[in-house]
Amino acid sequence: MQSVVRTEQLTKDFLTGFWKPRPGRVLDAVSFDVPRGEVFGLLGPNGAGKTTTIKLLMDLLRPTQGRAEIFGRPVSDADVRQRVGFVPEQPYYYDHLSAEELVQYFAGLSGLSRVDAVARTAAVLTRTGVRDEDRRRPLRQFSKGMLQRVGLAQALVHDPELVVLDEPMSGLDPIGRRDVRQIIMQLRDEGRTVLFSSHILADAELLCSHVAILARGQVVALGKLTDLTAPAMHGSEVVVSNVNAEAAARIGAHAARVTEIADGRYCFELAPGERPEPVIAILAAAGATLVSVSPVRASLEDIFLEAIQ
Amino acid sequence: MSATRVQLVAWHVFKEGARDRVLFTMVGFAVLLFGASLLLGQLTAGQDLKIIKDLGLAVIEVSGVLMSVLIGVGLVAREIDKRSIYGLLARPLRRWEFILGKYVGLLMTLAANVAVMTVALYAVLAWMQWTATPAVRASWEAPALDPAMLVAVVLLMGELAVLTAVALFFSTFSSSALWSTLFSLGVFVAGQFSGQLRELATAVGSRAAGAVGTALGLILPAFGAFDVKSQVVHGLAIPLEFVGMTMAYAALYAAAVLTATIAVFNRRDFQ
Ligand SMILES: Nc1ncnc2c1ncn2[C@@H]1O[C@H](COP(=O)(O)OP(=O)(O)OP(=O)(O)O)[C@@H](O)[C@H]1O
Ligand SMILES: [Mg+2]
Repeated sequence: MQSVVRTEQLTKDFLTGFWKPRPGRVLDAVSFDVPRGEVFGLLGPNGAGKTTTIKLLMDLLRPTQGRAEIFGRPVSDADVRQRVGFVPEQPYYYDHLSAEELVQYFAGLSGLSRVDAVARTAAVLTRTGVRDEDRRRPLRQFSKGMLQRVGLAQALVHDPELVVLDEPMSGLDPIGRRDVRQIIMQLRDEGRTVLFSSHILADAELLCSHVAILARGQVVALGKLTDLTAPAMHGSEVVVSNVNAEAAARIGAHAARVTEIADGRYCFELAPGERPEPVIAILAAAGATLVSVSPVRASLEDIFLEAIQ
Repeated sequence: MSATRVQLVAWHVFKEGARDRVLFTMVGFAVLLFGASLLLGQLTAGQDLKIIKDLGLAVIEVSGVLMSVLIGVGLVAREIDKRSIYGLLARPLRRWEFILGKYVGLLMTLAANVAVMTVALYAVLAWMQWTATPAVRASWEAPALDPAMLVAVVLLMGELAVLTAVALFFSTFSSSALWSTLFSLGVFVAGQFSGQLRELATAVGSRAAGAVGTALGLILPAFGAFDVKSQVVHGLAIPLEFVGMTMAYAALYAAAVLTATIAVFNRRDFQ
């Protein structure tokens, strides 16, 4: 397994304070590897250092210590970015350009010929769902969701092997989030590597194979998502209807807490470590109807707190 | 290095300038002013050809200087401020290619606008040539359509090449357009007197003051050298050698400032 992105002891200090600037450590010895062909989630609460890490990878910031490599080359080598697509957090592109002009401009900067740039631009704008009638409108008239689509289009126009997305889902409506998720899955299916940041664990669960969790500038958890979240499973909730009081008591013996919702509908909260299957098995005999089973996972916040302690 | 990338950045500066209303207004105003001077020419039957030439060249210079500074100070600062630079530098675009592209693009924009204004000025002068009586024509020190005026325009472009580099320099490390504008205009005004500063420095008794004056006089661009308006207007010949030397000075000075700009920009963090 070859890593596409590798950071070693990446550390970044920012000077803060106007009169007496003193260095504040924003990123502290961050090391992780992004395996080729995987979707890698860089997770963490606000201010954890996700954007700082990504900017260091794009050579927009220079590390105080440590190093970062993409495709085995130091990130300071601009040629590396020939093979990388990037969508910044809250992307801003030029107001006066149209979606088409912008993507063609960026395609040209990545070395595409004029003819290729035009053809590829049309293709990626279709792929990211920018409608034909919007392509020639100035970007100043675009909504946030449309801008995010244009951002994705410019990141994909030169057919990159690695795609880096900083909070690609933030500010999007459910349809937009689903579309971005689909695009990320397609990119993985095409054999590309995707690195994205998010503070929402659900996004990561739907997409990532590997994650690094950052908190206060440090990696507090790193590895396969399944390994990280399994121990953090905090039991499950089983909702059942058509239950009489006697059956409720029988089922309730397995549960840590029983709540009657209304009209014979109950919620059984199972203790951590307790599997829901035995409960489900006795439902039929009790004449009850299963409504839903939902695992209660630790929130991302909980994982941070556990990891920091 | 890629000439294509530099060209692309430059082309987009030019394109944005072509859509800039302020720029249009300024050039439009200059052209209008030349039109108005036609009326003046009518009134005095061509007596004041010199005034119109002098005024025309001055208007072109002032517009060129204002465009250079007002656009130049925003060229890099605005990209950093609005974070549009992230998208650009995430490409294989080198930072120095970005700066060079911005510089070339603005210089192209200025050249196009100066060209438009020059054509307008020549149109007014052609009209004067056409309408003037032979007696009036005989009184002119230089012909109305004197090609020597183009020498003044070429030297103005040399001056703008230096000033644009200076504006771009301030643009790379100050996000305040106001301060960058003031500094750039300050350099422009002080540069007009850099020759006098050096003379003054030798005349002054105090050695420290003299050293400061000499240093300033040497560091500031010698903008005074680019001003040949009065010679041109009075039909005095400008030696080709002088033009060549002055333009070479402009190229060297601009290159030095651009090198410093790139050095600063290369070390920058984009936070
Ligand atoms: N230019 C700066 N100067 C000083 N501190 C900074 C600067 N930029 C960021 N920081 C600090 O660095 C920390 C990490 O910021 P960063 O933007 O990387 O967080 P993030 O994980 O991307 O957060 P979010 O989820 O809000 O985007 C924050 O505490 C922030 O206050
Ligand atoms: Mg962020």
